[in-house]
Amino acid sequence: MKIAIRELGARAIRLVISLLIVGAAKTAWGDVPQEPPSIFAPASTPANSIFHLSLFVLSITGSIFLVVGGLLTWALIRYRERGDDTSEPPQIYGSTQVELAWTVVPILIVVVLFLTTARIIFAIQDAPKPKSALDVTVVGHQFWWEFRYPKLGIVTANELHVPVGSATFLHLLSADVDHSFWVPQLAGKTDLIPNHPNETWIQPQHTGLYLGQCAQFCGVEHAMMLLRVYVDTPQQFAAWVKNQQQPGVQDPAVAAGRHIFETEACTNCHTIAGTAARGTFGPDLTHLMSRDTIASGIAANTSQNLTDWIHDPNHLKPGALMPAMQLSDAQVDQLVAYLTTLR
Amino acid sequence: MSAIPISPAAEPWVLPSRGRVAMLSLIIGESAIFTIFVIAYIFYIGKGLSGPTPQQVLDIPIFNTICLLSSSVTIWLAERQIDRGKMKAFAAWWALTIALGLVFIVGTGFEWHKLIYVDGLTVHTNLFGTTFYSLVGLHATHVVVGLLMLSLVLLFTLTGRVKERHSERIQVLALYWHFVDAVWVVVFTVVYIVGR
Amino acid sequence: MADHSLPIHGSLEAAPQRRDRASLLEWLHGWVVTVDHKRLGIMYMVYTIIFLLVGGAEAIAIRIQLAWPNNHFLSPELYNEMFTMHGTTMVFLVGMMYIFAFGNYLLPLMIGARDMAFPRLNAFSFWMSAFGGLLLYYSFIGGFGLYGMGGAPDVTWWAYAPLTAKAFSPGHATDYWALALIVMGFGTLGSAINVVATVLSLRCRGMTLMRMPLFAWLMLVTSGLTLITITPLTAAQIMLTIDRYLGGHFFDTQAGGSAVVWMHFFWIFGHPEVYVLVLPAFGIASEIIPVFSRKAIFGYPAMVAASVGIAFVSLGVWAHHMFTVGMTSVGNTFFVLSTMIVGIPTGIKIFNWVATLWGGKIRFRVPMLFCLAFLFQFLIAGLTGIMLSVAPWDWQLHNSYFVIAHFHYVLVGAIVFNIFAAIYYWYPKVTGRMLSETLGKWHFWLFLIGFHVTFDTMHWVGFLGMPRSIYTYEPDRGWAHLNLIVSIGGMIQGIAVLIFAWNLVHSYLRGKEAGNDPWDAWTLEWSTPSPPPVYNFAVDPEVHSRRPLWDLKHPEDPDWKYEQ
Repeated sequence: MKIAIRELGARAIRLVISLLIVGAAKTAWGDVPQEPPSIFAPASTPANSIFHLSLFVLSITGSIFLVVGGLLTWALIRYRERGDDTSEPPQIYGSTQVELAWTVVPILIVVVLFLTTARIIFAIQDAPKPKSALDVTVVGHQFWWEFRYPKLGIVTANELHVPVGSATFLHLLSADVDHSFWVPQLAGKTDLIPNHPNETWIQPQHTGLYLGQCAQFCGVEHAMMLLRVYVDTPQQFAAWVKNQQQPGVQDPAVAAGRHIFETEACTNCHTIAGTAARGTFGPDLTHLMSRDTIASGIAANTSQNLTDWIHDPNHLKPGALMPAMQLSDAQVDQLVAYLTTLR
Repeated sequence: MSAIPISPAAEPWVLPSRGRVAMLSLIIGESAIFTIFVIAYIFYIGKGLSGPTPQQVLDIPIFNTICLLSSSVTIWLAERQIDRGKMKAFAAWWALTIALGLVFIVGTGFEWHKLIYVDGLTVHTNLFGTTFYSLVGLHATHVVVGLLMLSLVLLFTLTGRVKERHSERIQVLALYWHFVDAVWVVVFTVVYIVGR
Repeated sequence: MADHSLPIHGSLEAAPQRRDRASLLEWLHGWVVTVDHKRLGIMYMVYTIIFLLVGGAEAIAIRIQLAWPNNHFLSPELYNEMFTMHGTTMVFLVGMMYIFAFGNYLLPLMIGARDMAFPRLNAFSFWMSAFGGLLLYYSFIGGFGLYGMGGAPDVTWWAYAPLTAKAFSPGHATDYWALALIVMGFGTLGSAINVVATVLSLRCRGMTLMRMPLFAWLMLVTSGLTLITITPLTAAQIMLTIDRYLGGHFFDTQAGGSAVVWMHFFWIFGHPEVYVLVLPAFGIASEIIPVFSRKAIFGYPAMVAASVGIAFVSLGVWAHHMFTVGMTSVGNTFFVLSTMIVGIPTGIKIFNWVATLWGGKIRFRVPMLFCLAFLFQFLIAGLTGIMLSVAPWDWQLHNSYFVIAHFHYVLVGAIVFNIFAAIYYWYPKVTGRMLSETLGKWHFWLFLIGFHVTFDTMHWVGFLGMPRSIYTYEPDRGWAHLNLIVSIGGMIQGIAVLIFAWNLVHSYLRGKEAGNDPWDAWTLEWSTPSPPPVYNFAVDPEVHSRRPLWDLKHPEDPDWKYEQ
C-alpha cells in the first residue's frame, strides 16, 4: 500500500513535469521530434531509483525552503520600519536555547538525508552483476564513442544497442582525455578516464531510443560528442547482433570505391572487417549503414551527409580529428557508393 | 556628548608580534605546498613504467642531513647570542649556519650531478625522476632562498647594522630556517626511507 | 551627525588638507608607488570591477551563442576560450580580488589601526595579482606564440588532465593559464598573510577577538583558509608546468601518471575556494543587516563559531566534485556526509541573520535590499547544494546546467549581491558621496529580475539533461526555448550592471555629500571623516564593546553592559 502511494505520487509528479516540458517545447519550437532527455523521465533501474531518491530529497529541501523563506518574508513585512518612528528597537544579543534548537534540527535532517542517500549509493554502486548481464566496453575518443561487445565479437560506434529488461554492464575506458558517459533516462553519469577503468550499469525497462552525450569537457568538439542508446526487444537485439557479427558486405558493383578506401589513408584509422582496413583511431565502419547517424550523432546517415563529411569533416564538425582527404568529387562519390553498401 | 567609560586602570594591551604571526602564516601556507608534493611523491612510488628505480640509484645523504639539521642548532645558538647582545658570537654562529647550509646545497648538487650524468635520471626519464626532482628541488629552492636571506643578515652584521634590538626580526627569520630543516626531515623520510 | 562622530578617541573632524593640484604624472606615480591600505583597497576594487565587466561581457557572449540551437555566433574554439576565461576571471580576478579590496580598505579602519601590518608587502601583493591578471589576458594575443595570434586558454577553469598535456593542448594558452595562476597565487598568499597579521597584531586597545566586527572575523577565517587552499593550487600548477616544460609525468597517463590525482589536487583547492569567496560576503552581510535592522547581530559567538566551523569542514568535502570519477561506494558515502555537515553551520548563519531581522525596524535602503535578496538566494543555493551532495542524484546533476545554476546562485546570488551591497554601503566612506538611491533601486530590481530569469531557468535546463561546456546543442533536445529565456535574463543583468557602472561615475561627480556616518552605523570606520585621512585615526581609538559607536550614541544603554 505504502509503495503504491509512493508510486502514484511519483507518477503524478512525472506527469506534471512532462506536461510542463512538452507544453513549453510545443509552444516555442513547433516541431520538437521527441521529449528532452529528462532525469525525471527514467526508463532504467539506476535512473529510476535516483528519480525516487530525488523526489524524497526535493520534498525535504522544499519544506525547508517554505519554512525558512516564510519566516524571512514574515520578518520583512512585520518588522519593516514604519512612519517617522526613529527610536531604536529593543536590542537582543542572542539566546543559547534558540541557537541550540536550530542546530539540532538541521543535524536530525542531515542524519535522515545521509542514511537514505547511503542506502541508494550502495544499492547502485555495489549491485551484484547477474550472470546473464551483457558486457560492453565503452571507449571514449575525441570526439566519438567506441562500443565493444567482447563476448559477441562486435565493435561499433556511437550507437549502443542493448536488450530491454536485462542488465548491461559497461566497462568505461578512454583512449585520450577524460569523457563522461551520460544518458539521463538510463543512469547517472560515470567518467571515462585514461588509466583509470570505471564501471556502470543499466537495466532498461522500456524499449526506445535514449539520447545522451559526453558530460566532461574533452576538447573542441565536446558539444558534438553525442550518444544514442537503442533499447531493443530481445528479438530485435538478437537480429542486430547477428548482422553485426558478419564481415563487411562485398559488392563487386562498388569495387572502385572499395579500392579507393583501401589505397588511401582511410585504412590508417578505420576498420572494415573482411578488408585490409584495420585502423583503430576512428570508428569501425564494417556496418556503417546499420547506424542512423554519422559523426557521433550530429547528422543523419545519408549519402549526401556522407559526401559532405568526407569532403570536409571540419565543415560539419569543426575540430573533428578526421582530416579532409583531398579526394576528387568522382572519388568521393565512388567511396560513398561503397560505404552505403556496408549494411 | 558623554564621556567614554573608563576601563579599570589601563590594563596592559599586548598583541602577538606581527612578524611572528606572518612567518607562522607563511609556514602554514608553505606546509600545504609541501604536503601536496609529498602526497604526489608517495602516491607515485612504484607507479613508474620504466627505470631507473630509487633502489638502483639513490644513496642516503647522511652527511648532508647531519649538516642541515645541525644548522638548526647553530642558528638557535646565534639567536641566544643576539639576545644577550654578543654581536661577535652571533656573527660567528650565524656564519657557521650559512656554511652548514652551503655544504648541504653543494652536497645536493653532487648528488644530482651523479644522478643525471651517471644514472641518466632526469625529470623526463620516468615518474620517479619527475617526483624526485620536484620534491627535493622544491626543498633545495627553499634552502637557497634561506641562504640568501641569512647571507644578507650576515652582511649587515659584519657592517655593524644589525643590533641587539633586531633580535626579534632575527628570530622570525630563524623560524623560517627551522621550518626548512623540519621539512627536510619529512622529505628525507619519504624519499630516502619510505620510497627506497 | 557631527555630534555622533566626535567623541571617539582619535577620530578627526577636519577633512585632510587639500594639496595643490598635482600633474597627471604625479597623480599616477602617487597611485603606483602607494603603500596606503585605502588606496590599495580602491585599486583592488577598480581591478575587481573592471574584470567583473570583462567576465560579464564573456558571459553575454556565451549566452548569445546558446540562445538558439546550432547558433554560429562564436566558433567552437572561441566559445571554449570564452567559458574558460569567464570562469577563471570570475573566480580569480573578481572573486579573490574583491576579498582584498574590502579587506584592505576596511580592516584597519574597523579594528582601529593606521594601516595593514605590512604595507609594502601589501603593495607587492596587489601588483603581483595585477600582473597575473594581465598575464592571463595577454594569452588572447600570445596564446599560440605571437605569430600564431589568438588563443586564450580553452581547457575549462578546472583544466582536467590530460587535456592540459602538450599533446592535447599545444601552443602556450595553457601555460599562460598556469603561470598566471601561480603569480596570482603568490599575490594572494601575501595578502592573506597580511590580513592574518593585521587582525591578530594591530587591533586597537580594548578590541579583543570577541569584540571584533564580524567582517574582521570572517576576513581572518577566509585568509587562514586561503593560506592552506591557494597553496595546493600553486603546487598543482607547478607540477603542471613541470609536465609541460620539462617533460615531467605527474599527469601523463601514458607514463603511469594519474588524471585523478589532478582532480584531487584541484578540488582540494577548488572547494574550500568557494568558502574563501563566500565568507567575506557573509562578513559584509553581517555588517549591513544589523545596521539596517537597527539591531545588534543575533548570536555573535554562534556566528563566529559557525564561520570557523564552515572553514574547517570545507577542508574535507572536496571529492563531492568527483562523485562520477568512480570512487568506491565507501568513499562516496564519506563525502556525502561531510558535505551535508557543511549545511549545519551554514544553516545556523542563515537563522541568525533572520533572527537579527526579527524584532528590528528594517530600513529598505539599497545596501539592505541586496543583502535581503542574498538571504533568499543563499537559502536556495544551500538547498540545491544539499541536493547535489546526494551522490546518486549528483550522478545525474553533475556537470549539467543544474550545477551551473547552483554555483551561480552562490557566486552571483550570494557573493555578487553582497559585493553590490557593500559598494552601496561603503561608497560614501570611500568617496565622501552617496550613490544615487534611485539608480540603485533600478539596478537592484533589474539585476534581481535578470538573475532569477537566468538562473532559476537554468536549474530546469539541467534537469532536462543539458551538460555544461557545450558550445551548441541540437534542436531535437528540447532545450531551445529555455535557453532563450536564460539568455534574455543574462541581457537584463547586463543592463543592470551598466546602470550600476553609470551610478558609480555619476555619483562620484554629482552625488550627495555623505558626511561621516550616513547610515547611523556602529563600527569604527564611521567615526572617521569620509574619505578618511591617510593616517585614519589621529590618536589610537579604544573600544569597550562590539559596537563602539552605539556606546557613544546611547550612553544610557551601552553594549558593554550586556556583552560578555
